[in-house]
Amino acid sequence: MSGANERTTRQDRVSETTVSDGLASTLSQDQIARLMRRRGEESRFWWLVPTIYIIVLMLPIYWLVNMSFKTNQEILGAFSLWPKNPTIANYMVIFTDPSWYKGYINSIIYVVMNMVISVSVALPAAYAFSRYRFLGDKHLFFWLLTNRMAPPAVFALPFFQLYSAFGLIDTHIAVALAHCLFNVPLAVWILEGFMSGVPKEIDETAYIDGYSFPRFFLKIFMPLIASGIGVACFFCFMFSWVELLIARTLTTTAAKPIAAIMTRTVSASGLDWGVLAAAGVLTILPGALVIWFVRNYIAKGFALGRV
Amino acid sequence: MEKTWNNKAWFMVLPVLLLVAFSAVIPLMTVVNYSVQDTFGNNVFFWNGSDWYTEILGSDRFWLSMVRNLIFSAIILVIEIPLGIFIALNMPKKGWGVPVCLVLMALPLLIPWNVVGTIWQVFGRIDIGLLGYTLSALGIDYNYVNDPTDAWVTVILMDVWHWTSLVVLLCYAGLVSIPDAYYQAAKIDGASRWAIFRYIQLPKMNRVLLIAVLLRFMDSFMIYTEPFVVTGGGPGNSTTFMSIDLVKIAVGQFDLGPAAAMSIIYFLIVLLLSWVFYTVMTTVDAEG
Repeated sequence: MSGANERTTRQDRVSETTVSDGLASTLSQDQIARLMRRRGEESRFWWLVPTIYIIVLMLPIYWLVNMSFKTNQEILGAFSLWPKNPTIANYMVIFTDPSWYKGYINSIIYVVMNMVISVSVALPAAYAFSRYRFLGDKHLFFWLLTNRMAPPAVFALPFFQLYSAFGLIDTHIAVALAHCLFNVPLAVWILEGFMSGVPKEIDETAYIDGYSFPRFFLKIFMPLIASGIGVACFFCFMFSWVELLIARTLTTTAAKPIAAIMTRTVSASGLDWGVLAAAGVLTILPGALVIWFVRNYIAKGFALGRV
Repeated sequence: MEKTWNNKAWFMVLPVLLLVAFSAVIPLMTVVNYSVQDTFGNNVFFWNGSDWYTEILGSDRFWLSMVRNLIFSAIILVIEIPLGIFIALNMPKKGWGVPVCLVLMALPLLIPWNVVGTIWQVFGRIDIGLLGYTLSALGIDYNYVNDPTDAWVTVILMDVWHWTSLVVLLCYAGLVSIPDAYYQAAKIDGASRWAIFRYIQLPKMNRVLLIAVLLRFMDSFMIYTEPFVVTGGGPGNSTTFMSIDLVKIAVGQFDLGPAAAMSIIYFLIVLLLSWVFYTVMTTVDAEG
């Protein structure tokens, strides 16, 4: 009984294989690939899942945008899905009040400082890690990673004391340096990932051709890993931009980031929802603008250069 | 890649070393310092041995916030990882849909964390928030300000909203790296959709999935800003995770000794987890 069954299955499989073989010989690789795709996606409704997911993702953001175009009376009054009388008054408050727009300037200053510092010190280090073995290299690489994983809450208070001792509290450079704690390791890991993808023969050929190391690095190597540098910059920008705990601890007024100004206003001025929403929308914009350029590398960046 | 042994490479690493030492080692030493000393003010410190550690490790408060944090991490992993895989499997593979999906999905990852908190604080309010209003209009008793369960639901929803895209992006990166030949072979063998997933896609996503799990675990283990903005750790202490508790002790009560001891314990846990992460990363690097 079972033997018979087995035989039929085998026969089935054989006939199937011949059919597929026949198919394979008549169709080109490309056509098969297309067939596979159709098969892989199973149905014409594959787009349903991403669409629903994106809609769910966008709802809370839409709600914030919606609120930012309403007056406070409208927000707290009748519930409505879109602004009945759209107003840009909330945005005008932010663009005309220095205590608001200075927050954005402060944030951008320390984020850019941090980005430049992080990537420029990470470049040679990442090259060393990707090309050479040296005493304690693995330990060092691991130690860098622990800093990326360290909870900012642990560092908030000691940072405050350290930068007080140097008289750096409430300066942009203090926040920029403090954010190096997690951004330098991140930049090193991402850049190392990209550099390891460049074959070593390129280095060797350049040296044989008589390039000195700095010239080789700037003229040949950096253009080759340009996308890696861009991605590293983006991730430094992003993690410095989204961080609040350390930035808030190290600043009082002169260098206060926009994110911290928002929390202060929530508690102080009786909840000006409209302005709060407008400020929130404006903090989303920079990320939304630059993300387009790194869309294909964003997964690699989050995996610390390891995809 | 074959690497040459060259100790001069140390000079290239030196800037990073100095910078990170300044921003990591010095502060960490300060913490160690506080964790073994006590003070009566006036900057006069005296040796206190391991008293703070005993106090912290013996306190219910520490263990409760840690258990809460572990439960939180477990729940979001259970939700985010399968959901992320599912969505990644249904992403378009080519055409104009790819960049649009990638950019829109990555958007929540780029929002400052306290703005994420603000968004959900507003979104969940029963008077002005879409979610809260809809739920109460449907007759569901939802109030994240007073009810611990609702507060948990809100915080978890927020984290799923915020970070599932990370899992999606990583899985998607793993999926597109599978050569077409694998699918063709599966087709010839008459493999079912499940078999394709189980024997082709899942093994190929192995590596990125490990990274996703570890990253999500570590980041949720040190989550601070988002729940702090939404619930402030409340109602009661129901959403007080480890970082929130630590900041409460250090900045709120200014108990430097216990806070420092707790920081060190916290850091040691993270160190252990980082080591797991590193081992996994370097092993998969060596394999692939």
